Amino acid sequence: MTGILRYGAYLPAFRLDRGDIGAALGTSAGRGRRTVACYDEDTTSLGVEAARRAMSGNGRKPATLHFATTLPAYADKTNATAIHAALALDSDCFAGDMVGAVRGGFGAIRAAAQSSGLAVLSDIRTGLPGSADERTGGDAATAFLFGDGDSVIAELLATASSTAEFLDRWRAPGELASHVWEERFGVEMYLPLVTETVIRALAAAGVEQADHVVVSSPHLRAARAAVARFPSETVAGGLDGEVGNSGAADVGLQLADVLDRARPNQTILVVLAADGCDVAVLRTTGALPGNRPALSVRDQVGAGQPVSYGSYLTWRGLLPREPPRRPDPRPPSPPASARSHAWKFGLVGCRCRRCETAHLPPTRVCVRCGAVDEMSPERFADRRGRVATCTVDRLTFSMAPPVIAAIVDFDEGGRLACEVADARPDDIRIGTRVEMTFRRLHTADGIHNYFWKARPVEDH
Amino acid sequence: MASNGIRDRVAIVGMGCTRFGEHWDKSVADLLVDATSECFASTPNLPKEEVDAYWLGTVGSGVSGLTLSRVLKTDYKPVTRVENFCATGSEAFRNACYAVACGAYDRVMAVGVEKLKDSGFSGLVVDRPVEDGTTPSLSAPARFSLLAPAYASRYGVGTEKMRDVLTRIAWKNHQNGARNRRAQFQTPVSMETIASSPPVAGSLGIFDCSGVSDGAAAALVVRAEDAHQYTDQPVYVKALSFVAGPAEGSLLPDYDYTTFDEVTRCAADAYAQAGVTSPRREISMAEVHDCFTPTELVLMEDLGFSERGEAWRDVLEGFFDLEGELPVNPDGGLKSFGHPIGASGLRMLFEMWLQLRGEAGERQIKAPRLGLTHNLGGQPGDCVSFVSIVGADRG
Repeated sequence: MTGILRYGAYLPAFRLDRGDIGAALGTSAGRGRRTVACYDEDTTSLGVEAARRAMSGNGRKPATLHFATTLPAYADKTNATAIHAALALDSDCFAGDMVGAVRGGFGAIRAAAQSSGLAVLSDIRTGLPGSADERTGGDAATAFLFGDGDSVIAELLATASSTAEFLDRWRAPGELASHVWEERFGVEMYLPLVTETVIRALAAAGVEQADHVVVSSPHLRAARAAVARFPSETVAGGLDGEVGNSGAADVGLQLADVLDRARPNQTILVVLAADGCDVAVLRTTGALPGNRPALSVRDQVGAGQPVSYGSYLTWRGLLPREPPRRPDPRPPSPPASARSHAWKFGLVGCRCRRCETAHLPPTRVCVRCGAVDEMSPERFADRRGRVATCTVDRLTFSMAPPVIAAIVDFDEGGRLACEVADARPDDIRIGTRVEMTFRRLHTADGIHNYFWKARPVEDH
Repeated sequence: MASNGIRDRVAIVGMGCTRFGEHWDKSVADLLVDATSECFASTPNLPKEEVDAYWLGTVGSGVSGLTLSRVLKTDYKPVTRVENFCATGSEAFRNACYAVACGAYDRVMAVGVEKLKDSGFSGLVVDRPVEDGTTPSLSAPARFSLLAPAYASRYGVGTEKMRDVLTRIAWKNHQNGARNRRAQFQTPVSMETIASSPPVAGSLGIFDCSGVSDGAAAALVVRAEDAHQYTDQPVYVKALSFVAGPAEGSLLPDYDYTTFDEVTRCAADAYAQAGVTSPRREISMAEVHDCFTPTELVLMEDLGFSERGEAWRDVLEGFFDLEGELPVNPDGGLKSFGHPIGASGLRMLFEMWLQLRGEAGERQIKAPRLGLTHNLGGQPGDCVSFVSIVGADRG
């Protein structure tokens, strides 16, 4: 049996109220909220967070890693390698990108399913101020680990695809927003493709009527029209209002949401209408209830904190603001980053074999006993800790001042001075429980500086 | 800690110090000429031609000894440029003293200079080597602000009381600076203004931070036995101690941000060299590294002036005031005299020079015997520390 072993979803902490867009622009932008990636997140870092959740507590390492997004942090350079490094995967694991279009999301799932791999789907959806893409988009990431055996939680019964070349949406590389053709054109093009592909997939799977139906498309009206053809009780949906359509991650996010509540031995029909149509048919197993991630999609939908429209625009580069009178951040050195990739991307410190003292960053000489080259590598990325002391820095450069910094003491030993993400000054005090999160600290000279920050966590 | 010390083997026979401040009209070269000219003028019997070697301290206002030799047109003499964070000026002095003590040279000059106001940035900016981008880019006030909540929490000092303590330190240093024509800030500042100043980092406001400024200072050092050839009132070096820490505080959860282990070790070494057993009683005055107000608070304990957990009471009771039992930063300190990094260590010694010779004017402390300077660089848990002890009498 081949299928999904584990999955994870990550919604960034911030929510933009559509009413705030309308109020700022003097238009009607609808109701509800969309998710917003923080200024220190990009599609790579969102992908790392989702992938960590999919890999959490799982002993099996993927043979491949396939990353999909419409908004890659780098062109010409693979983005999946940063995710690979942040997950501390073995070097013999293939890691590649499927970037540029929404359809890559399904492509990553297909490729991972065929190779006992990890599919990471991540997106940050942008649009010009006042556009439909701005208000209906959302930022999110999902990850699915595929493999064989008894621990499969959802068996992949069949897939089917149709491909069609037409322009209902497009974006030249480097543009801030996409262009769309008039809506009815896309509806007319997509509906026959969906109908035909779903029939083929269900036939191949030997399924007459799926228990759950997921339809994702960047063409929202086409998706609504397609959904209307299925019995309403089988249709999942319901994330557009509080999350938004998350582009290449959307099909995965909707699937994760169904897996969060599906019962064993139920069938799931997954449809993506983008530049053609892709369909997968899955059947859940008895292993599903015991192997869900700690945080469901709905748990995350219900959480979050507001972000102002002004901050949102600044974070997306649409509203430049006056910088502080401080030097611009400098890019990390590529050779230095390559030498310390296990530390920088994987948060791998070390522990002295003689006296057990943990060190972050890793070092060759033990600070406690002086032993030289007696260190064992140790990964701290998934450890929790407490704030030993903290401060709010109103002077240093940030896209969202003030910077909050903390000295974190990990539960298993080891201390790290780092920035705190997704928090307001009042959220952090001595003793606050924190976990680690992978972030893009800044970008300088076109180089993204990835490293870890602490994030407050409910801990019981 | 083992150090032999050079007690009473070298003496300062001349000093100079520019006013510290925003010298829009002066270059690094101007500052160097001003400070060294004043220094030479104070010692007519020791002209530039007689100086055997130079030590120049600067963090970022020049590289190599040429920064000084080109400016002073020294006659093919050795010039060593040193850097050791904010203790750079002290480090130039320390190495100059050792060169004389070991007999390599008989007459040397230590110079410190920094030009910070040409950068256009707020606060301190120090160029770091390129690295992997994982070192947090926190500002200096943020790093030192970690001391305040840790100290208050450990010793049960309430938030408001702690504010009063920090305010008292800044107020005192501004009071002292107001009596100093070379200080960057010469206007007394009210406690209300200090307590309500715009926030910079943590609980620290702008008045908890030292002044960012330009300046230079210089000292001529000779063998102690030769000192009276040059001046009637030399200042003798009793102790010089320097510690670079292993960064334990940034690695080990044992460190609680209420102390600088580097300073404690450095002070113990200096006291041993000088034969000081009770610093609270024996030290007449001190210039300490008050880069931020909580730093000065913690230093009072690390230098042994106050018992652990008691410095805040001493501060509030005026123990460290100019008229107190142990005046600290009589010249205004980094807080009000300003902090041109490479010059600060020598500026501290300049105040000792004036006080021990009875030349401190309205700041003059009555009959000081031993003075201490303390200079720090880095951050809590990961720093370098310098302590000197100087006196007017050769033991």
